Amino acid sequence: MAAVAICIVRLRHLFAVVMLTGVFSLLSAALLVQLDAVDVAFTEAAVGAGISTVLMLGTLTLTVRRERVPDSMPIAPLAIVFITGGALVYGTFDMPGFGDPNAAPHQHIAPDYIKGSEVDIDVPNIVTSILASYRGFDTLGEVGVVFTAGVGVLLLLSSGGIAGRRHGRDPDEDGKDQSQVGEGEAEEEQSGPGQTGKDKG
Amino acid sequence: MKHHLVLRVITKTLIPPILLFALYVQFHGDFGPGGGFQAGVIFAAGFILYALVFGLETARQVVPAGTLRALVAAGLLLYALVGVASMLLGYNYLDYDALRADDTAGQHLGIIVIELGVGITVAAVMIAIFFSFAGRPPRIKDEDW
Repeated sequence: MAAVAICIVRLRHLFAVVMLTGVFSLLSAALLVQLDAVDVAFTEAAVGAGISTVLMLGTLTLTVRRERVPDSMPIAPLAIVFITGGALVYGTFDMPGFGDPNAAPHQHIAPDYIKGSEVDIDVPNIVTSILASYRGFDTLGEVGVVFTAGVGVLLLLSSGGIAGRRHGRDPDEDGKDQSQVGEGEAEEEQSGPGQTGKDKG
Repeated sequence: MKHHLVLRVITKTLIPPILLFALYVQFHGDFGPGGGFQAGVIFAAGFILYALVFGLETARQVVPAGTLRALVAAGLLLYALVGVASMLLGYNYLDYDALRADDTAGQHLGIIVIELGVGITVAAVMIAIFFSFAGRPPRIKDEDW
């Protein structure tokens, strides 16, 4: 995975980069299977390796083939990345070990869920019973996020636009709106796949 | 991609199993891994494969834009309405015990229905996003790849 990540950073040919992100997603899906998180692995394989790769390819047809070589070595961003990464790694030192039965969440709420899904809900897959029943409200919010993302992309990108959207505006404002749509699209392509990935986790 | 005979034949044989597997993941989510999110994405992947091989216009005829927009909202509404239904029956919002006299049966019903809502919204959103990305005229030529 580290090798693939380094290749992604080093390569300038964007088509190869998109393909390698797909490979990276598939590898992380395999890693998640190793960690016994089959549901998440499932999502990672379908969303990360499948749909986002296709979406990135679709985006690639709208932009250029090669990444531009930067004029100077970007020192400040590199420093920020290292500091943030170091802080995150430092933060993991306080976390309980993987599968540690004495970890706080395993003491407090996990036993309730594990017993509860057998008694109250009678569903063998505890992930489903937590997602859909115990945390039903959260999942409703997640579906709301997916819905909002979809509506946002439709508003920005769909060719016809929503009927009557531009009514009652003067031409000047309309022109401004057009240019904003162009900028927003670039933003959306960045945040879109990341966001979907996030709420699956 | 009219000239890719192998691709077309393989795609045609692959799409039914993909959609069937999506339905399996959807409705078997209580017992095995999976659920609405995964099923919706797999379902959308079937349609995207179809659109990639047989062209966007053909795929748009299968799922018209209006239907897609309706489905995006329908899934979320279905989910929210389950909550409203349980509230009208005198329980908390999204408390599935309200749906049936037997508590676990109510939970089963509630989970199946809300997972269906999740699946519908996710599949429709994924297809809609793909259509709107792929529907824009490309700025580069095919040979540039």
